[in-house]
Amino acid sequence: MGERRVVITGLGVVAPNGIGLPAFETALRTGRSGIRYQEKMAELQFGCQVGGVPIVSEELKHQYFSELTVKRLSADGVVYGCIAGADAWTDAGLPLLALDAETPDWDSGCIMGTGLAGTDPIRDSIYHIDAGNAKRLGSSFIQQSMPSGVSAYLAGTIGLGNQNTTNASACSTGTEAILMGYERIRAGKALRMVCGGTDSASPYLWAGFDAMRVLTRKSNDRPEEASRPLSASAMGFVPGGGAAAVLLEDLETALARGARIYAELLGGYVNSGGQRNGGTMTAPNREGIRRCIQGALTHTGVAAADIDAISGHLTATMLDTVEVGLWAEGLGRFGSDFPYINALKSMTGHCLSAAGAIEAVAAALQVHQGFLHPSINCDDLHPEIEAVISADRIPKQALSTDIRIMASSSFGFGDANSIIIFKQFDQHGQETGN
Amino acid sequence: MDRKQVIEKFAPIIALYTQEKEVLANLSEETDFLNDLKINSANIVDIILDAEEAFDIEIDDDSAEQMLTVGAAIDIILKQQQA
Repeated sequence: MGERRVVITGLGVVAPNGIGLPAFETALRTGRSGIRYQEKMAELQFGCQVGGVPIVSEELKHQYFSELTVKRLSADGVVYGCIAGADAWTDAGLPLLALDAETPDWDSGCIMGTGLAGTDPIRDSIYHIDAGNAKRLGSSFIQQSMPSGVSAYLAGTIGLGNQNTTNASACSTGTEAILMGYERIRAGKALRMVCGGTDSASPYLWAGFDAMRVLTRKSNDRPEEASRPLSASAMGFVPGGGAAAVLLEDLETALARGARIYAELLGGYVNSGGQRNGGTMTAPNREGIRRCIQGALTHTGVAAADIDAISGHLTATMLDTVEVGLWAEGLGRFGSDFPYINALKSMTGHCLSAAGAIEAVAAALQVHQGFLHPSINCDDLHPEIEAVISADRIPKQALSTDIRIMASSSFGFGDANSIIIFKQFDQHGQETGN
Repeated sequence: MDRKQVIEKFAPIIALYTQEKEVLANLSEETDFLNDLKINSANIVDIILDAEEAFDIEIDDDSAEQMLTVGAAIDIILKQQQA
């Protein structure tokens, strides 16, 4: 038997500009920003006082968690991740297993990555511990503050009996999780994997970025204009939080149950620049990104000429110009020959470990529905970008267009790189042929 | 506080930790937390913390280990209230 093919049959998202697929898709099509002024950041005297925070109501939490869990679960990233993961599962037409079901689903697992899924439990616990009251932590501290808290809660919510883990590679995490799930299905070790990422939307997590002066400080009075990837006036990223997940499924399994297929995942590549040759903890070795682009093309068998669109990492720092330049070089496509490229972070801010997953959900929707979302706040396109690609390669308004192949890239601290490639899937019996 | 008053105040605390609504509705002193109410053993420490708060008492480790039934819990709560 040859290696299995992998398709995306379910999507779930908790993004600053939309919770749930309908709201998120509307935000994508209309270019709606989820960036708001954050009073807490102002109170804490941050330089940056805007951020992307998904507003999850108590009512919504009760749809996913027991009374007890709602009361105890203070790690917001675990909440976002479970909602996104459970939504991806049910969006694929699959049932959450009853709590008294005799067996879990042995063929389905999850890889939900995170950098930090919640600062509240850690903050609260330290006060208790320092006061000599360690016993006040009760039973719920470890399970929600351990790195794999999100995948642990999610596996229990669905009833997953296959691999159940959490990965971490900073802002590359979400994309890496999806590729890891792809490889597990491809190897025949699972039929379905819920994969994605989550991060807390917490000033206590964002403070370190503010201290590094990598967050924008210039747009506190204009939150919706603050996140400006690709623009000449980009002055740093806007922090965000949230989660997203895709349900990856073995193609034969998906076809046998008549599942709706958003797109085929052709795979991709992850690597690291090794923090050498210009690469550091916080900046990429350009050769690493070049090799990641090349690796993604080689391993998916996609020709550079066949990529119709790129969902860029594009955070709104000076590295945007580097990324666009490396894509152009790597594909050998410049000017008007360059694929379309858009920056979801212009609307969500940089959701860190969740970013790649939220962008993957957006990419799957765009490939499936045949549109590209606008990249907002880049009317003043950076001249170094315009020197490499035509301005019309960046949609300023939602664009209806057939997308056969779309790539999505993520790069993270530690010089970590990841790229995944989506392909349109013709639901009527056959794949769109080459 | 008599045993009936303790149980009335204690029942809503344990309600949060059990799915066994019927057993909960017919709570008796013999009701066992783990076997009858099917409470996750990890949650016993939470019930003890909640009880300490609700009754303004401290439950020591030895007592905590004996808290396996509703009756035993009432004994311990009453004893600590008088301590």
